[in-house]
Amino acid sequence: MVAGEAMEASSLRVRDVSKSFPVPEDPAARRLALDGVSLSVAAGELISLVGPSGCGKSTLLRLIAGLESPDSGELLVGSEPITEPNAERGLVFQDPNLFPWLTVRRNIEAGLAARHVLHEKRHEVEEFMRLVGLETFGNAYPHHLSGGMAQRVALARALINHPKVLLLDEPLGALDAFTRMRMQDEVLRLWQAHRTTMLLVTHDIDEAIYMSDRIVIMTQRPGRIERTIPVALERPRDRSSSDFLQLRGEILELLHFAGNAVAA
Amino acid sequence: MNGSTELLDAPPRANPSATVAPVAREIPRVAKLPWRTLLAVPIATSLAFVLHLLVSQNELPLETRYYSIFLLGFLGASLLAAVVQRWWAGLRAWMRKMPPILAATVALLAAWEAITSGLRWLPMPYFPSPAAVLLNLIDDRAVLFDSTWHSLILLIGGYALGVFSGLVTGICIGWSNPVRYWGMPVLKVVGPIPATAWIPLAMVVSPNAVFSAAALIGLAVWFPVTMLTASGISNTRASYLDVARTLGAGRAYLIFRVAIPAALPSIFIGLFMGLGASFLTLVVAETVGVKSGLGWYVAWAQGWAEYGKVYAALVIMAGFFSTIMTVLFKVRDRVLVWQKGVIKW
Repeated sequence: MVAGEAMEASSLRVRDVSKSFPVPEDPAARRLALDGVSLSVAAGELISLVGPSGCGKSTLLRLIAGLESPDSGELLVGSEPITEPNAERGLVFQDPNLFPWLTVRRNIEAGLAARHVLHEKRHEVEEFMRLVGLETFGNAYPHHLSGGMAQRVALARALINHPKVLLLDEPLGALDAFTRMRMQDEVLRLWQAHRTTMLLVTHDIDEAIYMSDRIVIMTQRPGRIERTIPVALERPRDRSSSDFLQLRGEILELLHFAGNAVAA
Repeated sequence: MNGSTELLDAPPRANPSATVAPVAREIPRVAKLPWRTLLAVPIATSLAFVLHLLVSQNELPLETRYYSIFLLGFLGASLLAAVVQRWWAGLRAWMRKMPPILAATVALLAAWEAITSGLRWLPMPYFPSPAAVLLNLIDDRAVLFDSTWHSLILLIGGYALGVFSGLVTGICIGWSNPVRYWGMPVLKVVGPIPATAWIPLAMVVSPNAVFSAAALIGLAVWFPVTMLTASGISNTRASYLDVARTLGAGRAYLIFRVAIPAALPSIFIGLFMGLGASFLTLVVAETVGVKSGLGWYVAWAQGWAEYGKVYAALVIMAGFFSTIMTVLFKVRDRVLVWQKGVIKW
């Protein structure tokens, strides 16, 4: 019962949320970025947001993080409304955004230091450095790291706060294909180890199918949710299985990239 | 397999195979220095000495003596270095680059002596020979040391005042929009006035010349430090602040642990500009008001037409100011070690 409540507390609900931004070239106008978006994410679920650029995926993530507030609608974690950013909802961007003036270790510690709990929880730093395989790089500065390593540090930095929800805004988008596939497994391993609720924004349909429980497909201008597709494939998933490829075809078709469009 | 095997794309510093590298790197260091590198400075110094002997009948005996000792000492040191470097790798590495600039410096001294004592092209007493300047440096060393000491105290006091107030106002203007709205116009209008232009006012307001000089130096430093700090803080990458907020950071963390470190490269530019402004203001303030320091010494020596002393003070100033500048560079390299290889300026 208690466990059930704990799980419930990290579920995420987005209800009829709209968000518009001012248009730089026309001070009177506002552009609608999200139009009545509703989404429910169960605790411990991994959801991908897929769609063309400008469909408001990142805006939705920023709203959930609390970095923006909606024009209308409601966002809830458990039963708590989201009003401002806090350590319960971690965010990892495409650019790792490591603090370049801090070593790897200090970057990972940043969340603990920011919440004034570094003293009690220092032992966890080693654990998280090991978790992402960077225990020997504690004293390196970010500009010494490769893209994949930097993104691992960013993941460890977000996870050390034990967030209820982890928001991933194309975290693997800038990596080469091989590193990206390894990092997908890495993220899945972290997800399975911590049972964190995850929202992954991605451009990569294979990545979405490989990783998520459900894929949310969005359309652009204004951003709306087009469809939600459950991925019922057994984990670990095989990227070349016929079920995988069939699902991939369906999604491409939904996004109007099927057939000739893809060949061209 | 948790993926840690991919960590072979390690940073060069942490690469275990780096332990092998010094052996390979030793080879170029062992290489001998060419003869012309070893002998450039001794030959230049010998020529300067010969020239000095030729023109020295035009100089005072004591000038000639000190300058001879100086040149022979330099010659001896350069010969000693040329021998000792065979067994001292650190000195050898240093000597690989230094001879051209040192030889050129000696040549410049020789040329200076030739056109002053030798050819008498320049009017006396405005252009004394290097030997006369050296004599003044040695004769007046007590007063020069005292003046340097007073200048140092005044400079440190004024600079510290300016840096502290500049950081405070810069951080406030850079972080807070209301403060920026009211503060920026004041800064833009008042800041560009050269600090030395306030001297008449400073003389009226404060009876103590040293105190008002420190305040003027502070003002000269305050403007660039404020400007560059404010711009550094307000240009902090928004995503750093976003990340910090999702990590649970409050306002104090955002300002002191994110915005200020992110602004440090810009702040250091302000510190360098402020240092240059502080040298200028120091010398002017000492020339017109304060009754001590190197600026005062120059004005006083000029009043007695003792140009040898004027140049002696300029030599001290060159060493004094460039040493302070070097210290600030070292501090920057230390503080901004995380940027190594990212920017160069």
